[in-house]
Amino acid sequence: MNAYNSLVKDLAPKKFNKPSIIWVLFLLIIIGAGLIAYIDQLIKGQEVTNMRDYALWGIYISNFVFFVATSFVGSVTVAILRLTNNEWRTPLVRIAEIISVACIIMAGITIMIDMARPDRLLNLFIHARLQSPITWDVIIIPTYIVISLLLLYFPLLPDLAILKKYYAKTSPKLSKWYGKLSLNWKGSKAQKAIQTKSIKVIAIMIIPVGLLLQTIDAWLFSTTYRIGWDSTNFAPYFISGAFVAGVGALVTVIYIVRKVNKLEKYITDFHFDKLGKFLALACLTYLFFNINEYLIPAFTAKKGEAVHLKTLFTGLYATLFWIVTIGGLVLPIIMLLFKRGRKPLPMFIIGVVVVIGSWWKRYIIVTPTLLHPFLPIDGVPESWHHYFPSLHEWLITFATLAMAFLIITLLVRYLPVIPIQRTADEQKISVSEKKSES
Amino acid sequence: MKNNKTNSRRKFLDKGLKLGLVTAIGGIGLSKITSKLNATTENSSEDKIELMTTDGTLVQVDSTEVIVEKKSQDHDKKYNVREGMPNRKFVMVVDLAKCKNALKCQIACNKGHYITGDNAWMKVYEMQESKETAPYWMPMTCQHCDQPACVTVCPVDATFKRRDGLVLIDNERCIGCRFCMAACPYSTRVFNWGEPGQEITLNMNMEGHIPSPEHAGMPSIKGTVDKCDFCPHMIDKNKLPHCVTACPNGVFYFGDKYEDTVTNGEETLRFKKLLKDKAGYRFMEGLGTEPSVYYLPPVDRLVDFEDGLDKYNKYQSVEKPE
Repeated sequence: MNAYNSLVKDLAPKKFNKPSIIWVLFLLIIIGAGLIAYIDQLIKGQEVTNMRDYALWGIYISNFVFFVATSFVGSVTVAILRLTNNEWRTPLVRIAEIISVACIIMAGITIMIDMARPDRLLNLFIHARLQSPITWDVIIIPTYIVISLLLLYFPLLPDLAILKKYYAKTSPKLSKWYGKLSLNWKGSKAQKAIQTKSIKVIAIMIIPVGLLLQTIDAWLFSTTYRIGWDSTNFAPYFISGAFVAGVGALVTVIYIVRKVNKLEKYITDFHFDKLGKFLALACLTYLFFNINEYLIPAFTAKKGEAVHLKTLFTGLYATLFWIVTIGGLVLPIIMLLFKRGRKPLPMFIIGVVVVIGSWWKRYIIVTPTLLHPFLPIDGVPESWHHYFPSLHEWLITFATLAMAFLIITLLVRYLPVIPIQRTADEQKISVSEKKSES
Repeated sequence: MKNNKTNSRRKFLDKGLKLGLVTAIGGIGLSKITSKLNATTENSSEDKIELMTTDGTLVQVDSTEVIVEKKSQDHDKKYNVREGMPNRKFVMVVDLAKCKNALKCQIACNKGHYITGDNAWMKVYEMQESKETAPYWMPMTCQHCDQPACVTVCPVDATFKRRDGLVLIDNERCIGCRFCMAACPYSTRVFNWGEPGQEITLNMNMEGHIPSPEHAGMPSIKGTVDKCDFCPHMIDKNKLPHCVTACPNGVFYFGDKYEDTVTNGEETLRFKKLLKDKAGYRFMEGLGTEPSVYYLPPVDRLVDFEDGLDKYNKYQSVEKPE
């Protein structure tokens, strides 16, 4: 067997094994439960949630912010590493693109779950007002969905053509699909020129659009008067936070995919080392904006600000705040500074911690602020003074997370997670050997 | 050679045509501008009309300048809920010196707007600036800001600002995103988390009642935002808002800024003079929201703050039947 064929065999999508099937079934059950909960919410209204007039946004919104943040991985790894000519990105970009697509689609769905009147969704277009940050979101999210899909699709074309050939005998049906999706890719000079140019355009486009997406997400909060949101630091704070969440998710997913698809030969310790440094950079940047966001206001300690910071530093949310800040940010930075911390398994653990930390970080951003309005919370039932998600909210939120995992799983099942053609090109084993074989 | 000739002719024709088009458009534009500039001098020879200005002086105006306003003719039929009542600007003055937390305002408001939820639209807050300063009671309605943060962030124009000063909600358009609630610094907006259930709780027949921004809560709609509407449905009947008439202590003065009068039902005062004499202010002026509600400081109070404490209920603002 020559090098090219073994390469294709290594990198072609693998059929689900037993654990994978169980994993998919598990996801489907969670999604089913969430769907039932959502239907119940549609019928009864959002009184099934624990959101009330003071805690008027809850985990639907923080989960939405988390998805938006994680989808940033597409811009940050694929496009930025591409522009900076970092060759080590090759085996990682496809997975980053897949995560990006899954997360931005789920972000779009999650924000609709938070709408109490999803039946009036069209009003967002019929009566759209450009001055509302929500309208900006309505514009930027579909744009980002399209661009991330294209960023996933264009580089796939040669690989799809390869898979068409590869499956021609073993699975004609699959082969036909790959053939259709490959848009008649022959690898001719003209096709390559168009493809290269298109990828270049999309890769450059996704950077400003990705930055805008995070910025608008931050502006959803910072365009209000609320203490803890009314901050000019918010956009860069969100962008750097998205950098952390995205790369964290990438590390986690890559480790699992590498293990399940047995790609140790292609995704090596070297790649994890590089990714570890990248994640450390992300965390350090985020730490800087965290200090900006929480420590500097503590100096002037305006009354409202002081109350808000006190609940975070020593009050009701202190435990969560410090776990998220120390565990999800400071400790990862320290671990990633050591070479041993950037080996695959420690990196995987760090990745998981960072992602979970990122999720709760959004909770910390959304909830405490809402519970500290300018006027005292008065004349409402005792339970309205606090917020913790209800069963419905958890079920629905877990379902959205499961859906993101399902999209990633299915895309990994049917797409080559490592670009075949590019890897072949880089290893210079493509055309000549293929021809000599045939 | 021949080919070359036709080519250059074609080019010439093409260029000529484009140039012609540009000059034609430019010419039209120029003539329009000049005619606008000359308009005043050109038509001055035609006949004049005598008109009276608002301050009573007679002026002569060129008849071509007079445009008959069509709007006022069928005003009654074409009343625009989003425009509001013409030539009015509603304001409220709340005299904190008189408030002793009787809560009649809240009860009347709850009743007048058929509130079934757990959160009243108008509240009386227990306020104290700092430990050393005296506590006081502060009634809080929607501030009907002239720079309303809620209206700015609404993605569908469901909440809107009218010329008469009111900030209202179109509950049939609201998508329930609650961004306006996050934006409002006064915590004045409430949400219908579930079915309002006015038919059951209040034993009302809401059938046939078309929701109108001018009478919020009539009926309330699930998954939409409600708030104090300054009672345009009462103003329409030449009555004062529910809270104003219900207050036994005459705390609330309601009126029209253009007329410069406010009344609490018993006494009618000059709005500007009242603010001047009693050092009126607006709540959190520093935010720049320009509220329509003014407060008079809690000075020379006739009643003790403590008198209001037995009515104070931190955990309830809407009385439930039964």
